[in-house]
Order: sequence, then structure tokens, then C-alpha cells
Amino acid sequence: MDTPIPNPTIQAGGSAERYRAGVMEYRKMGYWEPDYEPKITDVIALFRVTPQDGVDPIEAAAAVAGESSTATWTVVWTDRLTACEKYRAKCYRVDPVPNAPGSYFAYIAYDLDLFEPGSIANLSASIIGNVFGFKPLKALRLEDMRMPVAYVKTFDGPSTGIVVERERLDKFGRPLLGATVKPKLGLSGRNYGRVVYEALKGGLDFTKDDENINSQPFMHWRDRFLYCMEAVNKAQAATGEVKGTYLNVTAGTMEEMYERAEFAKQLGSTIVMIDLIIGYTAIQSMSKWCRKNDMILHLHRAGHGTYTRQKLHGVSFRVIAKWMRLAGVDHIHAGTVVGKLEGDPKTTAGFYDILREDKNAINLEHGVFFEQDWASTRKVMPVASGGIHLGQMHELLHLLKDDVILQFGGGTIGHPMGISAGATANRVALEAMVLARNEGRNIMAEGPEILNQAARTCMPLRQALDTWGDITFNYASTDTPDFVPTAMPAR
Amino acid sequence: MRITQGCFSYLPDLTDLQISKQIQYCLDNGWAVSLEYTDDPHPRNTYWEMWGHPMFDIKDAKAIMGELNECRRMKEESYIRMCAFDATHTWESLRMSFIVQRPTTEPGFMLTRQETDGRNLRYETRAYVMEKPEGSRYK
Repeated sequence: MDTPIPNPTIQAGGSAERYRAGVMEYRKMGYWEPDYEPKITDVIALFRVTPQDGVDPIEAAAAVAGESSTATWTVVWTDRLTACEKYRAKCYRVDPVPNAPGSYFAYIAYDLDLFEPGSIANLSASIIGNVFGFKPLKALRLEDMRMPVAYVKTFDGPSTGIVVERERLDKFGRPLLGATVKPKLGLSGRNYGRVVYEALKGGLDFTKDDENINSQPFMHWRDRFLYCMEAVNKAQAATGEVKGTYLNVTAGTMEEMYERAEFAKQLGSTIVMIDLIIGYTAIQSMSKWCRKNDMILHLHRAGHGTYTRQKLHGVSFRVIAKWMRLAGVDHIHAGTVVGKLEGDPKTTAGFYDILREDKNAINLEHGVFFEQDWASTRKVMPVASGGIHLGQMHELLHLLKDDVILQFGGGTIGHPMGISAGATANRVALEAMVLARNEGRNIMAEGPEILNQAARTCMPLRQALDTWGDITFNYASTDTPDFVPTAMPAR
Repeated sequence: MRITQGCFSYLPDLTDLQISKQIQYCLDNGWAVSLEYTDDPHPRNTYWEMWGHPMFDIKDAKAIMGELNECRRMKEESYIRMCAFDATHTWESLRMSFIVQRPTTEPGFMLTRQETDGRNLRYETRAYVMEKPEGSRYK
């Protein structure tokens, strides 16, 4: 790092020298303050900054602070009409990223007054606004954020949350089970409801619309809702257990989404679903609607891979997870580790902690850079979905623990004996694994044996193991932690 | 039919040894174990009858098995479930719940459909046994 630049003289209205017209380095304009101690009420953001060749990392980091708060490219005299020292974001720390030459972690503190209470739209417009297209940077990634309790408390958070969802469904002591109806596209309402009925009757707790099932020529939304609720009620009577299906209300306008949600409520559904691509404001609106109508809100993270996956540029999913907990969704897809989609085990564990704990400790190994106090904001149920199957049950339970929804779509519907048998196989495998773990058995070592044992009294499980027992998706992850346990101490 | 409420209903009925291992797991986690029974199996029947209070101060699985056996003796043809309550802040609810006794036969549920406006239906799930008064439903 270069020699620190002295802070500009702090005085009301600033000095004439500081505000002479022209261009000045960001670091000299007050956006780099290495001695700054973040206040307990500050919002803090951690960026991974990759400057263009020849650009000084401190200047680049100060520019990020500037462009995401008050600065523009040149000095403006109108700053002197404001308490501009307060409104400037302050970069107070820049570290090289371990084993990544040319990239730096920049810690930036923002005063609470910069943000509108209870608005993810406003927060994100600042933090991931223009700054991501800033020319002096090759790439920029928002890695993590610390939300002060004072800001957390301006959000409603999940209306239901993990605990109340379990109470409402009367399901305790095991992960929940779900499946996405397949094929994703093309089934008529009548055929679609058949899949829902068979899966729920066989032992799943939930079935799910896929992200792109809205209202298409082959199946209009009202038809789907009506047939699905017939299936839910019939399965409930067949098992004596509460069942649900995530009715996707995603649509082109807010008005249309409200109309679909109202219909779902009228039919007695316990849950509705939205896609991440509807936008932060629409998500917060749907959360408010759910709170008013006793509805669980499921969020499918459609589209996140476009900006979360690559380490150099974009937004980490851990930030999206924090925003969505504030915005107030009850379920969110958060990765499977062992399935077909991106997910490094430690990074994914970090996402799960953010969704499920009341206080997050710093855990660099999991990519969690800040302590975060959620101040009793309800917990979000993570959903593990995408290429998982029951042969991995011991790994899933070991890695993801109890408060998660395991969704075996293909692994239910593709069962050789049919959908209902597929569902039963999943449920038996799950219960057998939970039972064994609680008895103190080492499920990571004995997992396959536990499954084989349970299959002795369950033919559908035997057949499922024979079909998928050995399928794995072993590809290297791209979104991995930068810190290994011994590399660097926590701050 | 077999009611599948609780976290182990898809496994063969647990033996007493298996039940006591699960109780021990709950106690090791600091949860309070309780017993509840009912002869109303509706999935939204939240409040089963309490077999005494949650056993906050009992740290011995054997003693809890004794309570279970007493409950079984008194409530022969009822559902009995074992619940574990966690008073930790931000949880303060059940952590586990599983059925440890069922009536000899489970007749199941009738689903009624009432046609209303348009294609809408109003559904009602009713256990066949509910025609009889409480206490005599599974005799």
C-alpha cells in the first residue's frame, strides 16, 4: 500500500482549496479515511475491487466509495451546502485478496442517513448502482454487507419464518421434502395436478411450480391453481398430514400478481411463490401481502446466476440472501452443494448461516466477513433443489442440517415405479437418516448402509437406490472462499 | 390408512429402545420432552391433550419411558406423540414430534367437496371416527 494520504481538513462547509473547480483524486476528496472507525449504525460493504492496470488500488477503492455515495467525477461547490463529510462513504481499509494478484478487498462505511428505511430498492441503487460500470475498474464484486440493527429494524423480515412455518404445517424434527413438477413446461392443468397428487400422497410435504411456469398456452394459471388444490386436498385426506404446493404467482404486473395471489388464498393454499426476477420492490410488496393474508412466501432465485457466480464481478449470493431476509421471504433457494448447480460447500454453508441464525459471527472460511445481528428477524427456510437424489441423503443431512427443504424433482418423478413410489422412497430415506443420526450414528461413514437397511422394508427405496445410488456431479466450483483456515486471521 | 404426521411415520413403528434413544437425543440437546394424546387425528388439530406438563426437569430417558408406558396404559386406543420443546430465544417452539402409539385401526378421512362459484370447490377433510364422541372413537 502507498503512504496514507492525510485526511482533508474537516470544517463546516470545507476549505476553499478543497472545493476549487476541477478534478481531484477521490482519495483526496474524503472517500479514503484509513483511521475511520465505523459507527455501530453504519452500513458497511465489502467490495472485491480489480482496478485497471496502472490504477492505484487505494484510489480505485476510494472511487468506489465516492461513486456509491455522494461523488461525481469532478469537484462540485454544492457539496458545501451540505454536511457532506457525513454523507460521504468512507473507505477505511484495503487488503490484497489472498492468492489473487490485482484484486483488493475494500471496506466501505456508509452513514445510515444515506438510505431510505425499509427499501432494498434504495439500498441497492446506491451500493450496486452506477459504480459497477465505472471505467477505471476492470471488475467489481459486492462480497458482503453488514446491516446495522438500526437499519434491520426498518424491515418487516419474513412474515412466517422457519419456526412459525413448522408450527403451521405441524412438521418438526426433520427437513421438509419437496419436488418441482416436471416436465417444467407443457403439462396441461389436469396432468400437472396428477403429478402434485401422486407426489404429495407418496410422502412429500410440498410440490413446486418451476420458475417459468406462469400462464402459458398449454396451461393457464387458474386451471393450474384449481387442479393443484384438488390434488393438495386429496393428498391431505389420504395421509392425514398438512400438504402444500407453491403456486407461482409471478406475472407481468403487480396487479396481475395480486390477482393470482388472491385466488390462491381463496382456494385455501398455504403458500405462494415468486421469482427473484420480479425485482426487489415487487418482492417486498408480495411479502407485505403475505403478512396480511397468512401466506408463506417462496422465492425461486431465478436469474441470480447471471451476477452471483463469477468471483471477479457481480454480487455475491450472500448479499442477496441478506437482502431477501430483510425483504421478507420465507423460503429461498440457497444451493445444494452436492447437486447439479454451482455450490462450494463452505460458501453454501455461509449462505445457510445468514438465512438461519439470529447472529452471524465472522467466518472467513465460509465467506462471511462481518458480524451480523439480525435482532430477532425471523429466519428464512433455505431450499436445496437441483439434481439431488436420495443416495446423497446422509451428505445432505450432514451438510444442510434439519431446517431446509430438500427438493428431489427428477428423483421423485423419475422413479421406475412411479411418482408416488418415488416420494415414499425419499421420505423413508430421510426419516431413516434422521433417526440414525439422532441415535448417534456417524451418518457420513454409515450413510449408504443405513439406506440399504431401510430399503429392506421399503421396495421403492431399494429401486431408487439401484437407479440413482451412484450419480454424482463432481465439478469444480467457481464461487469459492478466499480464505482457508490457516491463511489469514480474522480482523 | 396410516396417518403420517410426526417425523418417523414412514418407518416401521419404533421399538421402545428406538424411542428411548430419540428421547436421549432430545435431552442431550436441552429440550423438554412432553407427551400428548388424542383421538381426533385431523391434520390441523393442533392441541392434543397434554399428559401432564412438559417434563422440564427430567433428564433421564428411562423416567420418560415410564411416563409413556403409563400414558399407553390409560389411553390404549389413542394416538400418542412425543414432543420436544426448545425454549431457546428465536426458536421457543417444538424441535421434534413423533407418534409413539396408534389405535389398532385407522379408518382415515373423508374428503367432501362442495361446489361453489364457477369451478371453485370448498374442501372439508373429516375423520370417519369423528361421528363418535371423544373417548369412544377407536373402541
